[in-house]
Amino acid sequence: MFEFIYNILDFLFDLVIKDIKFESYILTGLTGIIIAFAVINGVLGGVLALIWGERRLLGRFQQRTGPNRWGPQGILTSTADAVKVMFKEDIVPEEADRYIFNVAPLLLVIPVFIIFSVIPFGISLYAVDINVSALFILAITSISGLSIICAAWASANRIAIFSALRSVAMLISYEIPVGLSLVGILLICESMSVMDIVIYQKIPFILIQPVAAIVFFLGSLAEINRTPFDLTEAESELAAGYQNDYSGMKWGLFYLGEFAAAIAAATVFSTLFLGGPNGPVLPGIFWLTIKVVGVLFFIIWIRASWPRFRIDQVLNLAWKGLFELTLVNIIVTSISVIIWTDADSNRLIFIGLANWIFAFPFVLLIFKMLKTSNYKNENKKSISYPIGSDNPKFIKEKI
Amino acid sequence: MSIKSEPITINLGPQHPSTHGVFRMRVTFDGETIIDVEPIFGYLHRGSEKLAEERTYTQVVTLTDRMDYVSSMLNNQGYILAVEKLTNIQPEPRGVWLRMIASELQRIASHLVAIGFLIQDLGAWGTPLTYSMREREKILQMFEMLCGARITNSYMRPGGVFMDAPQQFWDSLSSFIDEFPAAVDELERLLTSNEIIFSRTKGVAILTPEQAINASITGPILRSTGVPWDLRKNDPYDYYEKVDFDIPVHDAGDNYSRYLLRVQEMRESLKIVKQCVDFIEPGPVRPHHDQVPFLIRPPKGDCYVAIEGSKGELGFYLVSDGSISPYRWHVRSSSLINLTLLREMLVGTLFGDLFVTFGGIDINMGEVDR
Repeated sequence: MFEFIYNILDFLFDLVIKDIKFESYILTGLTGIIIAFAVINGVLGGVLALIWGERRLLGRFQQRTGPNRWGPQGILTSTADAVKVMFKEDIVPEEADRYIFNVAPLLLVIPVFIIFSVIPFGISLYAVDINVSALFILAITSISGLSIICAAWASANRIAIFSALRSVAMLISYEIPVGLSLVGILLICESMSVMDIVIYQKIPFILIQPVAAIVFFLGSLAEINRTPFDLTEAESELAAGYQNDYSGMKWGLFYLGEFAAAIAAATVFSTLFLGGPNGPVLPGIFWLTIKVVGVLFFIIWIRASWPRFRIDQVLNLAWKGLFELTLVNIIVTSISVIIWTDADSNRLIFIGLANWIFAFPFVLLIFKMLKTSNYKNENKKSISYPIGSDNPKFIKEKI
Repeated sequence: MSIKSEPITINLGPQHPSTHGVFRMRVTFDGETIIDVEPIFGYLHRGSEKLAEERTYTQVVTLTDRMDYVSSMLNNQGYILAVEKLTNIQPEPRGVWLRMIASELQRIASHLVAIGFLIQDLGAWGTPLTYSMREREKILQMFEMLCGARITNSYMRPGGVFMDAPQQFWDSLSSFIDEFPAAVDELERLLTSNEIIFSRTKGVAILTPEQAINASITGPILRSTGVPWDLRKNDPYDYYEKVDFDIPVHDAGDNYSRYLLRVQEMRESLKIVKQCVDFIEPGPVRPHHDQVPFLIRPPKGDCYVAIEGSKGELGFYLVSDGSISPYRWHVRSSSLINLTLLREMLVGTLFGDLFVTFGGIDINMGEVDR
């Protein structure tokens, strides 16, 4: 991708002027700007589409129409919202730490866009290929916690600080299972480059690493603050959480950052576990888009159906559930990687079978252990009975 | 190294999105744990009780609508029963049956709102709420057929109801009776055995029967602690003796049992409505003006009548000095009294449980402040 654009620019430059100083530097810079422009605008368009799609889908799930006024099927609604947000008054609270208050939204948005630099949109369509890009993604996603705690601390709002502390607690807890869940994949591919992982995925890794896929999905839901882990901005408890004092485009940047993070999480999940751009007939970027839209649909479906956990339950799930599952996954995968070392096509199938047989039952076991209790037994206890019939437990003992 | 730590006090409300109106709480936290709650109300005080002293007995019916605006019919019923007792009016049977149908439908609607907003407070993004609002909408449409209004009904009059139900009401009522159990099943499939709801509400904000009785808490919250107390059975009014229904009682006393109890009560209410439709016979819906004039002048005296409202015992105390308007009108609002144990329920729980408990108590600020 980089060489392709570089060569085109080189050719165009040669048509106009020959032999200018620092030609390669200028060309590199221009190429970078073009790629960044394309990726950022693609993601921004994706965010607008996601906001519209989420609202329409939630409408469907909730037996109402959803936005349908601006443009066909209301597709311009989020554009209108974006324009409106830009013209809103920008209020900074008096007690706020102005500098940090203004920087915090950017801290949330920029890392999200940086993630897309290492995502392969096609087999040869990527911005950069770092040899540790899987680690790079994990490192970059952690910056969002810094942004949230900056925003909360700077706005001098107690509710915001609650939100930020929750966010940091969740981020610290979920970084570990998310990071460890990728170890299985890295062991199989023997590379940390996302590009290598994509090329290696003849079979999507969700079929070979089911436990890792579940852990990674739940963990990324927690890191992008989505239901059922949306404690950071639990609107029924904390109103808007850390964004309480933000208004205008700064608030808009938070909003943008969150939705872009949802897209980023879906993209990373599709790239690492669903085969990324791999797929028959259609070009890679279409396959990636289809997979990302599918994952996002699933995320929205979850949001429409489930309430949220409480903070202690969220942390319990991370430390008592997902962490153990990643350890099981690493053990099973590393043993099977040692047993089947030949790099033929059957290797993946054998490793996958080993994972399904030895690691996946632990998912059911641990989720069963974490379950509060069985509802059916509970219901038998609390039978309804007509009044006037004896309730000896209450009447004789307690009154 | 020691880290300095101190409790943090947060003012929640009156503009907080999930205080069910304009309610304010001064909550002190130690980390996420609640160590003190101080409820502050009065932001919606409209002086209904004082206003009633300037109105005739029939006009006061409109004031009762605006108290608990999600169960107006029940408020009407309680007030009308008090007026009838004070004036010794014999109600017409058809009027009473219609009254019971309307108030049981209102109980279903109120419980639907309670469940919907409880789950909304739990963090579900509106889906259970829209499911329950869809069913409530059917009930409100039936109320519109009955009296032309959806929320502030003012349907009942001393001696019966304001007018007879049209034929289309009976048609939609029979289809509602057929469809509603399936709708409750749908809601229950989504919520009752949901692990998140279960883990969030089970064992949270537990009340013991002693605590509940000492604080004179009534309604679903009292019954969720294991006390079988329902005024429709214990002190029957209207024709509740003639219909057959159960009182669901749970003994856990936590938020989950409050939720489940409301679901079961909706089914029982539907059972009552079904029987009322069977029992009802043609006839006048209220006494003729010769017997009960528009301007009622009750004899001197006072009376207290309580009914089982959707949120608990809804009592009306009326004092008459023989004139056309009450000398004093006092309402025992269940919402206000159910709130008194908020501190006992909440201390020791986490921030996440705060609004869930609040939704579980199911208060209505219009009734708390009157």
